[in-house]
Amino acid sequence: MIILEWVLLIFLIVCAIAATVSKRLITTVLIFMSYSVVMSIIWVLLESPDLAGTEAAVGAGVTSILFFVTLKKVGALRWGDNNILEEHAINVKRRDNE
Amino acid sequence: MSNSNNTNRKSQKPWEKFICWVNGDTVLEDGPRKPEEIPDGRKVTVHSEENTIEGTPLSHIRKFRKFYIAASIVICCAFIGLMLFTTSQMPPFGAVDVPTNNEVAEKYIIDGVKDTGAVNIVASMILDYRAFDTLGESTVLFTAVMSVIILLRKDKDHVNDEEDLRILEEHRILEERPNVVLKTVGFLLVPFIFLFGIYVVLNGHISPGGGFSGGAILGAGLILYANAFGFSKLRKFFNFKVFTAFTSGPLLVYAGLKTYSFYTGANHIESIIPTGTPGAILSGSLILPLNICVGMIVACTMFGFYSLFSKGEI
Repeated sequence: MIILEWVLLIFLIVCAIAATVSKRLITTVLIFMSYSVVMSIIWVLLESPDLAGTEAAVGAGVTSILFFVTLKKVGALRWGDNNILEEHAINVKRRDNE
Repeated sequence: MSNSNNTNRKSQKPWEKFICWVNGDTVLEDGPRKPEEIPDGRKVTVHSEENTIEGTPLSHIRKFRKFYIAASIVICCAFIGLMLFTTSQMPPFGAVDVPTNNEVAEKYIIDGVKDTGAVNIVASMILDYRAFDTLGESTVLFTAVMSVIILLRKDKDHVNDEEDLRILEEHRILEERPNVVLKTVGFLLVPFIFLFGIYVVLNGHISPGGGFSGGAILGAGLILYANAFGFSKLRKFFNFKVFTAFTSGPLLVYAGLKTYSFYTGANHIESIIPTGTPGAILSGSLILPLNICVGMIVACTMFGFYSLFSKGEI
């Protein structure tokens, strides 16, 4: 158990550094999600399952979704090179041609 | 001419520039226009003829970036050192003579089950001994979601904006997409997520969990449902009226129940609500209804944040 705790703690530090260093914002959010999951496992090992449940639900779930929504709002998330409307227009044209 | 301009610019700095910045005006002096976009701060679009960005020479910006990186590293290291030093000065975890190990914690652990009838000591603390704190937390969530509604909710006469129409069109297209993976996973997972969330809320007093974690799970389930099957399907059973009722109603119920329990407690009257057998589902006097109230508020808040941020309505 001690070894597992050490591995998880080292993973936590690596996650924290990687989240700040990574260039793409979406990668940062994904790393932050994994940080929360590892943190919730550590809470279980520290015998506080109440916190673990909240951390998993809020940290890994809701916060990341809000981050994704924010990234989409500021235009940091892209579907390919076009935005959705242009892509949809292209798809409709292709469908009509077929 | 340029000289007079220059002096004029000097006289404008820094106060009027600051006012311009506060007002959100992009026009600072009569310098070059604002560049189109600065993606991630890595690459900056430069106006070739002057080598300036918003009137600031590029060399200054480069210097500032170097200073910025150095300062961030120094501040980060200093902060880490300070935290490690403080931690090393703290008494060992779980020692007998630490100040936190006092009669309050002892009272909670020894008398918790007898006083409240809840097996989960954490639930008995946050929803019985310290229920007033939790009322404050619920009010904070309520206030936050109300502020977001005031700021972001769109009225009927406001939809005509081009940006809003674009967002609505995007949502319509996204909902029409045949997202097989998302829809199948949502179809399989959403019932179990809801069931698990309700289980966590209802069993808050006999097992780990409670109103907050269960409510967060329910909110995440609602978000998944809205993403997989579209907001229009969700709106059949979860519209704005239901949202307001589910947010403000539980808060009022919480305040009413706790008013009763504070009244009886302060006047040393025996509460008519039985504590029940510890470990049974109907035990813990007021903890079960309070858990349900908190769960509803949290679920609505989480979903409300998502919905208002992404779409501007519920």
